[in-house]
Amino acid sequence: MDTCKAETAATVDIRDRMNIVIVGSVDHGKSTLLGRLYADTGTLPEGKVEKIQAICKQQGKEFEYAFLFDAFLEEQQQGVTIDTARTFFQWAGRQYIIIDAPGHKEFLKNMISGAARAEAALLLIDALEGVKDQSKRHGLLLSMLGVKQVTVVVNKMDLVDYSQETFALIEKEYRAFLSQLDVTPQFVIPASAKRGDNIATPSPQMAWHTGPTVLESLAQFSSESEQAEQPLRFPLQDVYKFDARRILTGRIASGRLKVGDQVIFSPSNKSAVVQTLEAFNIEPPPTQAQAGQSVGITLDEQIFVERGEIVSHESSLPLVSTTFRANLFWLGRRPLDMDKSYLVRLATHEVECRVAAIHRIVDADNLSLDQHQTNTVVKRNEVADVTIQTKAPLAFDLYSDFETTGRFVLVDDYDVSGGGIITEMVADREETLRIEARQRDFAWVTGDVTLADRAKHYGHRAALVLLIGPDTTGKTFLAKKVESTLVAEGRHVYMLDPENLRRGLDADLQEGDAREMIRRYGEVARLLIDTGVLLISTTNSFRLPADQTVEAIRTLVHPAPVLTVYMSQETTPSPIEADLSFTGPEDFTSTAHAVLTALKEKGIIAETIGNQPVFQFSI
Amino acid sequence: MRHLRQLEDQSVYILREAYKHFDNLGMLWSMGKDSTVLLWLARKAFFGHVPFPLLHVDTSYKIPAMIEYRDRLAREWRLNLVVGQNKKALAEGMNHERGRVECCTALKTNGLKILLEEKGYTGIILGVRADEESTRAKERYFSPRDKNNDWDFRDQPPELWDQFKTSFPPNTHIRIHPLLDWTEINIWEYIKLENIPFMDLYLDKGNGTRYRSLGCAPCTFPIKSTASTVDEIIEELRATNVAERAGRAQDEGRGMEVLRKDGYM
Ligand SMILES: Nc1nc2c(ncn2[C@@H]2O[C@H](COP(=O)(O)OP(=O)(O)O)[C@@H](O)[C@H]2O)c(=O)[nH]1
Ligand SMILES: [Mg+2]
Repeated sequence: MDTCKAETAATVDIRDRMNIVIVGSVDHGKSTLLGRLYADTGTLPEGKVEKIQAICKQQGKEFEYAFLFDAFLEEQQQGVTIDTARTFFQWAGRQYIIIDAPGHKEFLKNMISGAARAEAALLLIDALEGVKDQSKRHGLLLSMLGVKQVTVVVNKMDLVDYSQETFALIEKEYRAFLSQLDVTPQFVIPASAKRGDNIATPSPQMAWHTGPTVLESLAQFSSESEQAEQPLRFPLQDVYKFDARRILTGRIASGRLKVGDQVIFSPSNKSAVVQTLEAFNIEPPPTQAQAGQSVGITLDEQIFVERGEIVSHESSLPLVSTTFRANLFWLGRRPLDMDKSYLVRLATHEVECRVAAIHRIVDADNLSLDQHQTNTVVKRNEVADVTIQTKAPLAFDLYSDFETTGRFVLVDDYDVSGGGIITEMVADREETLRIEARQRDFAWVTGDVTLADRAKHYGHRAALVLLIGPDTTGKTFLAKKVESTLVAEGRHVYMLDPENLRRGLDADLQEGDAREMIRRYGEVARLLIDTGVLLISTTNSFRLPADQTVEAIRTLVHPAPVLTVYMSQETTPSPIEADLSFTGPEDFTSTAHAVLTALKEKGIIAETIGNQPVFQFSI
Repeated sequence: MRHLRQLEDQSVYILREAYKHFDNLGMLWSMGKDSTVLLWLARKAFFGHVPFPLLHVDTSYKIPAMIEYRDRLAREWRLNLVVGQNKKALAEGMNHERGRVECCTALKTNGLKILLEEKGYTGIILGVRADEESTRAKERYFSPRDKNNDWDFRDQPPELWDQFKTSFPPNTHIRIHPLLDWTEINIWEYIKLENIPFMDLYLDKGNGTRYRSLGCAPCTFPIKSTASTVDEIIEELRATNVAERAGRAQDEGRGMEVLRKDGYM
């Protein structure tokens, strides 16, 4: 082993770094292989082997390389890896973090946590046991987690007399499985971790193997990411104002960003020009950045945008919808339930969602099987093909196009409980209007006065209050009351009754043209909102279900905040989740007051006139 | 150098996530090389500002030069420094001769616990690295602690891509570890790259010894070394196979596993 030690070349300068995960079914030899790799390259800390020898002796066991990294007492007593360990390995100018993942089904969430950090994987299969359930499940999860570089190690070859035939059979079976996932292994290596065959040195027992050893195969993984060559995706992480600069921060997920670039924010459709790239202790300041970098930018205009938006160039925009189809793995203690709501987190965007459909549970054993199933839950450790519906529109990409913006996690209560990759955008009802709004916004010509200037001047933000509910419940009366109260306070408010559009703007329309009436109303509202006004409106004229009306209007005035107020005579539940609900109000003064309070809470109206409003939404 | 920028990008992302999600956030600073690099990374992440307090759990047994260094940087970098101490244990005369694990538990683990209770922090940023010792190798970037400060390492939350555990039940808190992926060599390479001021206790000043790791004076021992510059430290580390914390007494046996389960850093 001395020759290897001489080659460790720890003194060589590090050129790059890479995270590698070791996966495969329990007991197939992952931890042993890792220990062996370190031992045979002379990269273990001094005294470590002696320490493990002492532990093994004390427990009356044969020496186990696995104990080198199975650090917890429980792990050593039970001879099983419970949680992933990051181990550090340096070889031939590259710094590796090798992540040993547990193979036991019970610890799948730990395996996934380890694999999600990796750029490449070693997948182990026990030559004697052959391909197991978990071998396939791990292969499937690697492809879902974005680990595209895989080398398969057929381990414990010593137990099958180093038989080339046994190896060939396993290789054939597993290659066939991976091809269904569009994965081609870089190498398939016969090895014995316990004996050190084909780990750091070629095995004399398997002269028939012409490929690399495990150690050699590591250098063949590429650490070059193609992400910089893709179109720009820059999910906004936060907006800072520690000093005179207003800095937008985030990590570039793909592509490049330069000073002077015209960029678009999705889903708000705002745009601006990148003025500077900000950095601490870097002289001269950078003028461009690319995928992987955590950066800060300033814009030429003080547009209000917030965390969760995806910055891109206009030539390649992310998709926007409330609905998408995805492959999802579930790790939650409780099953994923169609009747429950969850939080979806995609890049930095967080929004409430529901599972609208569970199309099928994916069986790792039988990937292509598309049998019709009716499931209402996805159980722990299952993979499913689902449709997810979010409460507000979300900007995203298909996973096949973009890694970071094409995947998401679901949060149940306090915990990240599942992850998924987006396979398809599903056009929702508002798709046509959303495209209209997007194109209209990109081409919108503005003066020098910004919405933020207007907000400062009026002491409130432009917004829309929509009153919904059955006829004759006092909606118009309340609208008038709110309008006059606010105008008396000096605010810029206008009651826009949709009836007023009917005989003028809508004169060419028939009774049945409800969608077109809403569209025109939405465009008028959008225009007025751009003047900085707070609009109040009733909605009965449209003669469409309230949820459809509200969603269509919301899409057209997006991203201006919309406050919904439901009014009814009896206690009939609102057809939508309204921000406020009133039943047969008699005291309209206090009802109007409640609306005002809600506007203040939402940060639409400043607490006192003249004060700058608290902005919780993007303008 | 590219690998250092990659590490930096990830740490900065983690720090910004922490700042976004935790209203009551603090960063532990022991003045050692790791937590000083962490502090520097915070200044990177927040463009020269450090928008949360730096917490020093003072055991009273620190080397005096460390306190001078602490106060100087706090002034120069306009840091909000919060010092905590387990005064009761010290008044009762706690010291390492009563047992190292006992002393660490009382002055560090419980010192921290008292500080957390007093200030109600819900997120604590720490400079621990996975290569320091084997239980830290199994840490998450965002790692929950229950109301007794305990670490349930048998059941850690999943950590998927860059989505971290940022919500948690009342009376619990999250430990945030932006340096998990850094090695000891990376720390020194980065100190050199960014020219970060560090304590000269890490350098040999002519007597053939230097500190490799700084803790309390009675329990940290200098190593034999003639490295008197950062370059020489890096060179020395590249050639050694001796664990960094070999000079730390509390790491013996299962010391760290026991300590960390109960909330030790
Ligand atoms: N005969 C033989 N046994 C092995 C080999 N690799 C690992 N083992 C044994 O298989 C058992 C499980 O190994 P371990 O590394 O803990 O498996 P893991 O669950 O995949 O991490 C241990 O008893 C090892 O000694 C091998 O190449 N040949
Ligand atoms: Mg194992």
